[in-house]
Amino acid sequence: MNLLFATYVAPRLVRLSGVDLAIIAFYFALVLAIGFYLKRFATTGEDFFLAGREMTAWVAGLAFVSANLGSLELLGWAGSAYQYGILAAHWYWVGAIPAMIFLGLVMMPFYYISKTHSVPGYLKLRYGSEASGLSAFTFAVMTILMSGVNMYAMAVVMKVVLGCDINFSIWVSSLTVGVYVAAGGLFSAIFNEVLQFFLIWFGALLIPIIGLIETGGWGGMVARIHENFPGQDFTHMWAPMRSFADNPMGIHWTGIVFGLGAVQAMGYWTTDFLVVQRVLSAKDIRSAKMAPVIGSFFKMAVPLIVILPGLLARAVLPMHLFPASDLQAGQHSFNEVLPLMLARYCGPGLLGLGITALVAGFMAGMAGNVSAFATVWTYDIYRPYLHKTAPDAHYVSMGRWCTLIGLFISIGTAYLVMNFASIMDYVQALFGFFIAPLFGTVLLGMLSKRVTRAAGFWGLLAGTLASITMFTLMKVDHRWVGVFALSPLAQGLAQDMYQALWSCLTCVVVTVLVTLVTKPRPDQELVGLVYSLTPLAREEHVSVLHKPLFWGILALGIFVVLQIIFW
Amino acid sequence: MSEKHHIIPVWFFVGVLLLVYGCMIFVSGLLELSHPPNTVLAELHAPVWWGALLIVLGAVYCMMFRPGKST
Repeated sequence: MNLLFATYVAPRLVRLSGVDLAIIAFYFALVLAIGFYLKRFATTGEDFFLAGREMTAWVAGLAFVSANLGSLELLGWAGSAYQYGILAAHWYWVGAIPAMIFLGLVMMPFYYISKTHSVPGYLKLRYGSEASGLSAFTFAVMTILMSGVNMYAMAVVMKVVLGCDINFSIWVSSLTVGVYVAAGGLFSAIFNEVLQFFLIWFGALLIPIIGLIETGGWGGMVARIHENFPGQDFTHMWAPMRSFADNPMGIHWTGIVFGLGAVQAMGYWTTDFLVVQRVLSAKDIRSAKMAPVIGSFFKMAVPLIVILPGLLARAVLPMHLFPASDLQAGQHSFNEVLPLMLARYCGPGLLGLGITALVAGFMAGMAGNVSAFATVWTYDIYRPYLHKTAPDAHYVSMGRWCTLIGLFISIGTAYLVMNFASIMDYVQALFGFFIAPLFGTVLLGMLSKRVTRAAGFWGLLAGTLASITMFTLMKVDHRWVGVFALSPLAQGLAQDMYQALWSCLTCVVVTVLVTLVTKPRPDQELVGLVYSLTPLAREEHVSVLHKPLFWGILALGIFVVLQIIFW
Repeated sequence: MSEKHHIIPVWFFVGVLLLVYGCMIFVSGLLELSHPPNTVLAELHAPVWWGALLIVLGAVYCMMFRPGKST
């Protein structure tokens, strides 16, 4: 989200009082204390890497949605809401809700029944070591790079908002995360994510509440936006997407429905191990199915604290905000909208709570990345390729060490980004290269017993290469944007959507073609891994209110109503 | 939350966090009643009622999920 360009803004946005500092200090003390308390429980591999598989649906569900509620996302999407209006809410609704329900009701049983530790672990069971190795290696590298990007982004935000030294922010936050994750493993990461969830809600919810009081409600806000920006539509989600030219994002509704909803969101929410790992920690299969469904209700509400502040800023801020790359002295970027609104409404105490929420979001993001990295490295790279037969305690020890090593690599990445700014954009783009084709590979593997080992690997590789090729061509020559994203008006987000769509289709086509010319595995080897060969437990003796299907349908119903309201 | 490990529920820690923050923000809000900060709509005294809300929620969570309480 180009947060680092915000460093060009000289004056700090807010000044903290004693009570604000006390609030921040208490948060650090509490998470460290929790980490040390949980260390005694993280003794086996299952404890350390999967939190003992004993989380309730609520804890796993909140951690699941919280792992995606990092501060980079909050600041970035609030800025996007200012820039693009309510169109940004698509990434919280069509870009999340159907995928979360699909994960809970369709895919989770396979992940859970197979007793895999990770998504690459499922690929190993279903396809063998080639597809698994490719997925594990790319995930490990990207996760740790993303952690570094998060770390640097946090340091920049702390510098811009509070005037903190960048080195101080990087080292204090990463050492804190390192200590509590190395101590308690996924237990610590999940506990911290649940705390972060509450902090973010209570730290940010006052902005829309006071903002709507100031504008006189939703109608007053819309009227002020029209007054401040005549002729522009920032408050409708689908109506401005009849053509590429009718909206500031340069996107057509097909890009949102098929690129975002059907591919990118499905890929992220169902195969990105960072979020799936939280659900794998659930104590039983019903909890594992319920966790994403519970998460979907909270995800649907997140625009209240992210998108609405961006819209309110259009209505109430006395100054205009600008793209981070075009800033001049004294101006503020889109990405600073949330801190600006925080400073507008929150005095001592509340300001500290809001800043702590941002810090917690960054730290939880780092913790999520390093805990997922530790799991994939230990179980999907170290154990199968480097040290196959070792006692469980050895792998736990490896998990603790690579948590710390991963953090130091992240710190290195953060300093690399500091010196070579453009790396940040590329690292974020790299992450997207693997998610969309991975969804094709995992889904085909779950739904069809005919798909072969070779097809899984070649499909995944072809989809990934297609994604990299499209990204490179669009960067090198803008004319390719018109080809791949169907319009030269397509902005970055729109390009991502179509890139995801074509790379997933490439993966599917190659997988099918290779399957046709290769021999499938025997059925008995695929029991518990493929839909037609897996006896799924029926929930006949459970009341309707305890059935994930009921809540999933309810979530989808609310999702549809929201689309109609904001059409 | 945990039958196998008997871990203190995460909800208890959430309660502690909300309770402590609620107290800090509430007191801070009371102290600034006579000297409101330079923020928009400061006359709403948001820290007072927001702090009170956090205290109530935090106390409820602490009571419901306190260590040793059978669930």
